[in-house]
Amino acid sequence: MSWVAQTLNSTLGRKLVVALTGLFLCTFLIVHASGNTLLFRGDGGQAFNEYTKFMTHNPFIKTVSYLLYTSILVHVVYTAILTFYNQKARPVEYAYSKPSANSTWASRNMGFLGTILLIFIVIHMKTFWYEMHFGNVPIVSYEGQEYKDLYAVVKWAFSQWWYAVFYVISMVALSFHLVHGFRSGFQTLGANHPKYNPLLSKLSWAFGIIIPAVFASMPVVVFLQSL
Amino acid sequence: MKLKLRIWRQKDANSKGKLVDYDVDVNSHMSFLEMLDELNEQLVEKGEEPVAFDHDCREGICGTCNLYINGRPHGPVRTTTCQLHMRHFNEGETIVIEPFRAKSFPIVKDLIIDRSSFDRIVQAGGYISVNTGSARDANETLIPKPIADEAFNSAACIACGACVAACKNASAMLFVGAQISKFALLPQGKAERKTRAEKMVAQMDAEGFGACSNIGACSAECPKEISMANIARMNREYFGAKLTSTNL
Repeated sequence: MSWVAQTLNSTLGRKLVVALTGLFLCTFLIVHASGNTLLFRGDGGQAFNEYTKFMTHNPFIKTVSYLLYTSILVHVVYTAILTFYNQKARPVEYAYSKPSANSTWASRNMGFLGTILLIFIVIHMKTFWYEMHFGNVPIVSYEGQEYKDLYAVVKWAFSQWWYAVFYVISMVALSFHLVHGFRSGFQTLGANHPKYNPLLSKLSWAFGIIIPAVFASMPVVVFLQSL
Repeated sequence: MKLKLRIWRQKDANSKGKLVDYDVDVNSHMSFLEMLDELNEQLVEKGEEPVAFDHDCREGICGTCNLYINGRPHGPVRTTTCQLHMRHFNEGETIVIEPFRAKSFPIVKDLIIDRSSFDRIVQAGGYISVNTGSARDANETLIPKPIADEAFNSAACIACGACVAACKNASAMLFVGAQISKFALLPQGKAERKTRAEKMVAQMDAEGFGACSNIGACSAECPKEISMANIARMNREYFGAKLTSTNL
């Protein structure tokens, strides 16, 4: 085995892959959340539709998006491999255990939270990404230019209460996942320094609360507007 | 004080074990191990097999005693099992006592586990090569006090295995991190630094320990308060070594 393969097949190497893909997905969340706030412009969706056209046609964004899909898959596959070996490391469970005494619930349940997020991503991609690329999205035109009216699809999806509730629940899971995952990613990369630890800790809380809150506000606001 | 004990009894490595209930009446000033000694005396008097458990120095420095007490390694107080006293429990309380559980810590009998996996990790790289001969001058190699302190904090690890026991993944990364750190910080450890990180991590994986998911339970339960910074340092040492060492 080459040294690269050897490194990536070690427990630390696998953790490194999970940390790097996870932190890359964090940067994506910032772009995705800030871009989608265009839904709130109150211009009938023009800015949002122009933005979605740019995001689906710009060659650089398209390249990054393939990196993004790959990252999600690699993150899932590597955490699944790690979880498989982690479970093998303790074949007989304790008869009585009190993990809440020494660790947070979110940190111990990243796999569960991640599974909710994976289900969310599949449904989310079907509703918006698949429809945008292969579905029948109505066409609108602004100043003679034709655009796919994804804004209408968003309004239709979030006007259904169960869909909005599903989104909000998923964003709660995302919040717990990020609060631990963000800080954890840096720790795996070796970032643990008395000068920067308080900052990293505050950043992970801010990131884990603000990003999911911005996302969750979208279905809530659109649903309330649809009433 | 009257207590109800639920203790893991297992005849040998290949037998199936189970929790067995015992009633004891002990002095609250006793240490946890003295309480078990008392129970064993009663069992021997009745002609029953005493409970096998590991212990040695009984002053919290050897790392031999290791019991999973009421769902936590070394029990409710952040100390070693031998330094835990019965006054930390309540009258009439039920105390569940299990061995540390991990694939890499196979049960030998009752509460005794085989931790030779830790020894093999240390053998893989937890040493420095020095020329033997007459003793060297005390201040020949100058080490700044903060660095010496940090290395000492890592070296305080007594290899009791509480980190593995507390971890939901049965990961040994706090232990290995402390072993790698105590050498990486000091000039004496620099010669074998890269090879050490590579070999100790490889041995840790070969022993079948799980992977750290940074939940911090290990450090929270460590009787010697080894910090998570040791795991981060191990990661830096390992990735740095993998990228730059000449070991192919």
